[in-house]
Amino acid sequence: MSDLLVANSVSKNFGKFRALNQVSIAVPKGSIFGLLGPNGAGKTTLIRIINQITMPDEGTVLLDGHDLKPEHIRDIGYLPEERGLYKTMKVGEQCLYLAQLKGLSKSEAKRRLKYWFDKLEIGDWWNKKIQELSKGQAQKIQFVVTVLHKPKLLIFDEPFSGFDPINANLIKDEILQLREEGATVIFSTHRMESVEELCDHIALIHKSNKILDGKLNDIKAQFKTNTFEVGLQSNNSETVVADIENRFEVLPATFRNLHDDIKLNVKIDKDTSPNDLLSFLTSKAEVHHFVEVIPSANDIFIQTVKNN
Amino acid sequence: MNHLPLIIKREYLTKVKNKSFIIMTFLSPLIMIALIAVVAYLSQLNNDKQRTISILDESGYLKEVFKNTENTVYTNLSGLSLEDAIALVKEKEDYGLLHIASVDSLDEVSNNVKFYSEESPSLSIISSLETKIEKKLQDIKLERDGVSLLKIEASKTSIIIAQESFDGEKSSKIDNVIKLAFGGIAGYLLFMFIIIYGNMIMRSVIEEKTSRIIEVIISSVKPIQLMLGKIIGTSLAGVTQFAIWVILGGVLLTVVSAIFGIDMTQVQSPQQEMVNQAMQADGAQAFAENIFIGISNLPIINLIVAFIFFFIGGYLLYSSLYAAIGAAVDNETDTQQFMLPILMPLILAVYVGVFTVIEDPHGTVSTVFSFIPLTSPVVMLMRIPFGVPLWQQGLSLVLLISTFMLAVWFAAKIYRVGILMYGKKPTYKELFKWLKY
Repeated sequence: MSDLLVANSVSKNFGKFRALNQVSIAVPKGSIFGLLGPNGAGKTTLIRIINQITMPDEGTVLLDGHDLKPEHIRDIGYLPEERGLYKTMKVGEQCLYLAQLKGLSKSEAKRRLKYWFDKLEIGDWWNKKIQELSKGQAQKIQFVVTVLHKPKLLIFDEPFSGFDPINANLIKDEILQLREEGATVIFSTHRMESVEELCDHIALIHKSNKILDGKLNDIKAQFKTNTFEVGLQSNNSETVVADIENRFEVLPATFRNLHDDIKLNVKIDKDTSPNDLLSFLTSKAEVHHFVEVIPSANDIFIQTVKNN
Repeated sequence: MNHLPLIIKREYLTKVKNKSFIIMTFLSPLIMIALIAVVAYLSQLNNDKQRTISILDESGYLKEVFKNTENTVYTNLSGLSLEDAIALVKEKEDYGLLHIASVDSLDEVSNNVKFYSEESPSLSIISSLETKIEKKLQDIKLERDGVSLLKIEASKTSIIIAQESFDGEKSSKIDNVIKLAFGGIAGYLLFMFIIIYGNMIMRSVIEEKTSRIIEVIISSVKPIQLMLGKIIGTSLAGVTQFAIWVILGGVLLTVVSAIFGIDMTQVQSPQQEMVNQAMQADGAQAFAENIFIGISNLPIINLIVAFIFFFIGGYLLYSSLYAAIGAAVDNETDTQQFMLPILMPLILAVYVGVFTVIEDPHGTVSTVFSFIPLTSPVVMLMRIPFGVPLWQQGLSLVLLISTFMLAVWFAAKIYRVGILMYGKKPTYKELFKWLKY
């Protein structure tokens, strides 16, 4: 799979402050790429460079193998975190204007807007002014405007903020649908559960540096500690626990279960297979719960940021 | 991709469709005309009122001095005592009583004239009475001393110095007034235009920041395109508004004066009436002729061309600065600090224009200020009717245009960085840093 967007050692200074330091990322075609990082890490700066809003001091950005050019603007759809619309302009006029700025003809823009307005059931907003809409309604319009010109690359910065759970789900489904249709998505958020749900790849930026990137599953595998959540039932639990503690590294566990006497996190070393652990456990007690502990994106995020 | 026409169109339509803009456009001339009509009506009312002034001349020197005019009727109360006369005047509710006490000699008359009235009399009436008495007394004295009044009348000479430049161009005093009027109107128009529509540009930049649409827009267009689009769109809206004002104002003026029968050109006070009479005495025809010669002596084509260029140049220069200010701040209250350095040269230009150009249109001060780019549009426009060598106009224009380009570059830098900055109001030092981003 080739990469749609490649950033090579991109750096950006604002005066003496270095906002990005030699950051490289590669966004594979058709992926949903999570761009993560604490506040002020440099995510927005990188996104703005991709959008040609600011120019990098060093490094290059390639879209589909070509250096970024002004023409690429129509290949990118960007939903910024700081977003809004002209408050006193009517919804329809505004959508047409923004679509035309992205290079669509008026008639084509009208046609596509009708499709989207019907799909999201917002057709009767056409003649309303933005200030008459609620925040969530305005966000919907903004989403439509972002995707209307069918860009190859979609950049969403906190797309779900301001949406109720139902509408957030609706937008999430639309994003997945767009990916199905061939779009590549860069997704920047602080909500780790949506990263978990949507992203195939992630990159973590912290203090202007990229400190982690790759496929989400690979990273999880890399971060897993070979720990298993174990729930056992036994009449003499103290002996069983002592036996396990003798052979393995054991930590207390907190998971919900109906009727377990013993709840443990058991860590095995590289030479031991999960099967070895399981057969050891079955020989000692009745196994009700046996799950490998996989680090969540949240854990990875916190752990990586703290270690740097 | 060139989105400039699209942006201009949006900016223009948004401005023109804005409710308060429409109201301002149509209401302002109405208010102005109403105001003028009220003033005209009132002053006419004032003029129409007949005043009766009673005269009690006990000295006997001032016969046949006071002749009735349209607005003033004099009644002679000779024979009455002062007390009776005052009582009578009070009863008739006359405007006042002019009393000249009986005197022993002619020389004492001047100290024995008094005006009695209910309220303090208007200055113009008193001075008009004074003039009449002075004239009469002077005549009597001259005659007493054996000077023939006819000879004095015959000796009166009026001279108008005919002016002609070395190139053979004839001109007159009235020319200077006309030149001042043309230059002043042009300069003042530019000043007003910059203040009104510069502010409008600034507000529309701030609006884009506060509504947070800016990042969406500039991911589609270059900031400089957006800025220029804004400036041009708003200016076109401004020109539209101005044009409507002029047309509507003209039509309304005609209609109102037709309906109310008020001759707007006759809006004048009694003092002006006197001046006009004096002027007519000199020959109304000559006066009109001079005005005509004056206007035809103006470098009309030069004036129009220069007006267009300096107006556009000056307006664009200032509006790019306004746009930069709008980009640098978050809300209108924060603009004050940055407005001062923009308004200073503008106001200075108007002052230099009004005080210096009138005195000496080609003096050092006027000339220097007509080259400095921030003041040149206004000052040069005021100077041009007096005839400015083309090389000076050209040089000034070149300086203006280069400064404009510099200002656009500078404004675009501030704009590019500023539109994405929220929160703290920047200092000048920070603005300077932005230039290097």
